[in-house]
Amino acid sequence: MAHRLSTGGLLVDRAEPVSFAFDDVWMKGVKGDTLASALLANDKVLVGRSFKYHRPRGIMAAGAEEPNALMGVGRGPRFEPNQRATTTELYKGLKATSQNRWPSLGFDIGAINAAIAEYLPVFPAGFYYKTFLFPRIAWKHLYEPVIRNAAGLGRAPTDPDPDTYEHFHVHCDTLVVGGGIAGLEAARKAGAAGKRVLVLEQTAHWGGRALVDGDRIDGKTGPDWVSDTIAALEADDSVTLRSRTMAAGVYDHGYVLAYERVSDHEPGAGDAPRHRLWRIRAGEIVIATGAIERPLTFANNDLPGVMLASAVRDYAALYGVAAGRQVVVYANNDDAYRTALTLSDARVTVEAVVDVRPDPAGDLPDAVRARGIRVLAGHGISAAKGRQRVERLHVGPVEGDTIGEGHWMQCDCIAVSGGWSPVVHLWSHCGGKLTWDDAQTLFRPDATRAPTGADGQPMARVTGAANADLTARAILGPDRVEAPGEGPCTPHWFTPSKGRYAHGTKHFVDFQNDVSAADVRLAAREGYESVEHAKRYTTLGMATDQGKTSNINGLALLAEARGAAIPAVGTTTFRPPYTPISMGAIAGAARGPLFKAVRQSPMHRWHDDNGADWEPVADWYRPFCYRRGGENRHAAVTREVLNARRKVGMLDASTLGKIVVKGPDAGRFLDLLYTNMMSTLKVGRCRYGLMCTENGFLFDDGVVVRTGEDSFLCHTTSGGSDRVHGHMEEWLQTEWWDLKVWTANVTDQWAQIAVAGPEARSVLEAAGCDGDLSAAALPFMSYCEATLAGHPVRIFRISFSGELSYEIATPAASGLALWQALGEAGAPFGIMPYGTEALHIMRAEKGFIMIGDETDGTVTPQDLGLNWAVSKKKTDFIGKRAHQRADLTRSGRKQLVGLRTEDPETVLPDGAHAVRRVLEYKPMETIGHVTSTYFSPTLERSIAMGLVNDGLSRRGEWLDFPVGDRVIRAEIVDPVFYDPKGEKQNV
Amino acid sequence: MSESGTYIVVEPATVSGMVTVRADLADPVVVSALGDGGVPVPAPLALAEGEAGSVLWMSPDELLILTGDVAGCSERLGAVLHGHHAMVLDVSDARLVFDLTGDAVAEVLAKGAPCDLSPAAFPPGTVRRTHLGGLAVAIWRLTETHWQITCFRSFAHHLHAWLTETARPGSEGRSGLV
Repeated sequence: MAHRLSTGGLLVDRAEPVSFAFDDVWMKGVKGDTLASALLANDKVLVGRSFKYHRPRGIMAAGAEEPNALMGVGRGPRFEPNQRATTTELYKGLKATSQNRWPSLGFDIGAINAAIAEYLPVFPAGFYYKTFLFPRIAWKHLYEPVIRNAAGLGRAPTDPDPDTYEHFHVHCDTLVVGGGIAGLEAARKAGAAGKRVLVLEQTAHWGGRALVDGDRIDGKTGPDWVSDTIAALEADDSVTLRSRTMAAGVYDHGYVLAYERVSDHEPGAGDAPRHRLWRIRAGEIVIATGAIERPLTFANNDLPGVMLASAVRDYAALYGVAAGRQVVVYANNDDAYRTALTLSDARVTVEAVVDVRPDPAGDLPDAVRARGIRVLAGHGISAAKGRQRVERLHVGPVEGDTIGEGHWMQCDCIAVSGGWSPVVHLWSHCGGKLTWDDAQTLFRPDATRAPTGADGQPMARVTGAANADLTARAILGPDRVEAPGEGPCTPHWFTPSKGRYAHGTKHFVDFQNDVSAADVRLAAREGYESVEHAKRYTTLGMATDQGKTSNINGLALLAEARGAAIPAVGTTTFRPPYTPISMGAIAGAARGPLFKAVRQSPMHRWHDDNGADWEPVADWYRPFCYRRGGENRHAAVTREVLNARRKVGMLDASTLGKIVVKGPDAGRFLDLLYTNMMSTLKVGRCRYGLMCTENGFLFDDGVVVRTGEDSFLCHTTSGGSDRVHGHMEEWLQTEWWDLKVWTANVTDQWAQIAVAGPEARSVLEAAGCDGDLSAAALPFMSYCEATLAGHPVRIFRISFSGELSYEIATPAASGLALWQALGEAGAPFGIMPYGTEALHIMRAEKGFIMIGDETDGTVTPQDLGLNWAVSKKKTDFIGKRAHQRADLTRSGRKQLVGLRTEDPETVLPDGAHAVRRVLEYKPMETIGHVTSTYFSPTLERSIAMGLVNDGLSRRGEWLDFPVGDRVIRAEIVDPVFYDPKGEKQNV
Repeated sequence: MSESGTYIVVEPATVSGMVTVRADLADPVVVSALGDGGVPVPAPLALAEGEAGSVLWMSPDELLILTGDVAGCSERLGAVLHGHHAMVLDVSDARLVFDLTGDAVAEVLAKGAPCDLSPAAFPPGTVRRTHLGGLAVAIWRLTETHWQITCFRSFAHHLHAWLTETARPGSEGRSGLV
């Protein structure tokens, strides 16, 4: 650890070494290090290659704003690319891998781009848009694959993630974002006022710049003030402190997402989740997110060793690490002089402070001069030089737009400061506006245009450096803070190179996306005047760091190039998240079996134990069929259909939606909901009904049972119960609130079993039924209550198969027992359970429609030949008016037909299109499509239904269905293939 | 830690019967009739104990009664509500209820439910219908450390799996906010 200092290092414990590997070389850091501080301690300055030019890059910052030091961290399934070394806490055995280099970090073949760029413009702004235009086909097959290979950041992990993640909902009165001086002070005040307070800090430690800047607060050193303040807040029950938690975004109504890195600092060590996504509802949001230092723009300012001045200070004060041994500070403000003082305290050589201001004076410059450090006032750095890190720089006097005659200086680190930019991201996410502060040369939140809540009042306020109060004294007041005075910062956006213009050196603005000052100017010259357009053209600010260090410099250069004022150019949009958050945190616990709730019927376990081959049906899992022995699906389905048609079958129909509708106006209400008349239904009788949307399209169907004078039971489709119940409640609550009707969704209260087949009645009688099941007492489409096999039941004599059929409902807890009892009672009659596929085939044989097969949201009952179920008498029902619209009454609409293939063995593919004329080439004009298609075991031939233009009047016509390279011919027939007179269900 | 290895105890509750009442709870005549039927109408977001059992406020026009005597409760309500516009339904099998006990129940629920579960907002006697782990649920708090939660029966296995996964030891949030 050549660069570990003997003094300083507030956060580290030198007595506890921590070994880690970078590019397979093992090194030592100490407890409390970040990966970045540990690398610097080992004098690892070159840590990655840049995105576009593969230029050598080093650590630039000490926090979340880091643009360069992205690396792959972790191993095996815990490997993760693009982690910022500056925010990665060091742990024992950490394995980090540099990115964007081939074959090695030291020698990278892609850097040849950069070498050529000395003489030719390679990859200027808009390069992709301009270069790979011709021929068009080559983009997809040649240019894009090659570019994608060379470009991009780290590689994605391939193994399943072994960690867990979770969400956490909390409510608080005051959410304070940021654990620096301003945040802690705001938390103290809110806690004292009796508020429920949550304080978030993105790093692992509290105090922000109070730990580093050397000011005395309330008579204490900064670190002492921080630890005393934290102790007081911890003692206050109304205040919750959370470090390692980054507020990622602010949304409507005071909703904030925060990202807690629970165990990233000790991966795999315990059972804790890796990340926790906090979903916070805050009464008030206090934004105390501080400020980010801006780099200065000069030639080769991207060389490793060129770092933010505050970061150089942080590494010395917090981690006891010298970023260099021979440092030059380059600044336009007083604050950067603190870096020179801190380094001088740590006995690191500061060669000079280069200050663009002609006459820097005041406490800080005086203190630096007093140490004997040279201050080059009115000077600028025109270029840095070095191979894999900065080795020397050229400094000269600032003379207007140029740098005059100067000299070269040796150095291994340049600590740069172009002033500070408040972190206004959270303020801006939900509509807060900014204003330009000319005195401090920064954008600050405009308190008169805050993000507002539901009441139109501000829901957030901003304090501290985030509000452009950049010093401790400005935040806490002069009485509480002893600190050197600071003079004004002078804007300085660009230091020109010496000699001929753009002689191959680059002045970087956006380090992560390799955008230079020349790119920004080129965009302005080419007419990209809007900052949003210039951003997209140059990719400025579009990398994973979202331009934290580059946005203001970039737009200042754009303003200069356009001859406009900075506020007239404006900023680009700030969007969440503030820094990238993991996909795992977003998913939370919703993965694997918890990804989506699957509904299970009361007989689910029995089905599973008896060969059920499952299929998802809406939110349910239902048996597609029950496979016996070595049967395949097809054989099982054939057996189930034939058994139900010849003997008797049983189906778990518990998934059907069931809604009770009760009240004196229940009949009137159902007349308005269904297309047919329900109020005339007699008690104890059932009627099939259709429901349309306001636009007249069929959206659900089912059997309605009148269970009493003022009560009905409405069956819905399996997927439709929630939707139909919501539909009912919406109309009752918003339009027909004068109707006296109550509804209840009782889908889960009842298990339901269909017993269907010629032997159905015999099975029920054998099971022991105290009701009269005779055709006279319980005719088709009627209902009774009874006891069956000792269970209370409701028996509905309805049929979806066309056979003699009973649907039997019993309270869900009795469902399994009744199912088993019916199975036993039916055994002598050959009863077998059947699944959804047999159900579908039998209903298709009968020409019964299925919502979602024959309907797709554009189909009316009339299209399906269901006019008989649409009342002509009723004055109104939902959809009635729409049914009179020209488009729904015109000729040429697609209508339901049966399709009988020429070859009985050939089954039409689902969704196959019929065409007006078969051509050798596409497109062909389609005149209809297949909606349901099966091989019917009953009829021993293929059957299908379809929607065909004017189909109802085209019976007997033949249609051509081109499928692949053959044409299937089918005749338009009646959709009822089996028992058209309904004799079998009516016995 | 519980036998199931979770840091709160999750167990199926023995709730023998449930009755849904839908009626206009703002109508004093209806409220008085319900009271006559042994069903005190709780304040919004609250539960009340009555002769019929525990009465949970589900919405401005819906109550859920947990009762040991569904038939008796339904019969009595049928009689007192005769002539009023009301619905009384036996829904004993429609939902399953889980007992949740421990000091950290609110925290576990806060991993899924967006409502405020802090002691101030959710003291014993509070009832909320909300969502959790993708499910519609109702949550109520009986004592400081004893809560109950219910969802529709077909989702109950999912709710149980969600609760046991979320209350996994090691995942304690210890936020102090709930």
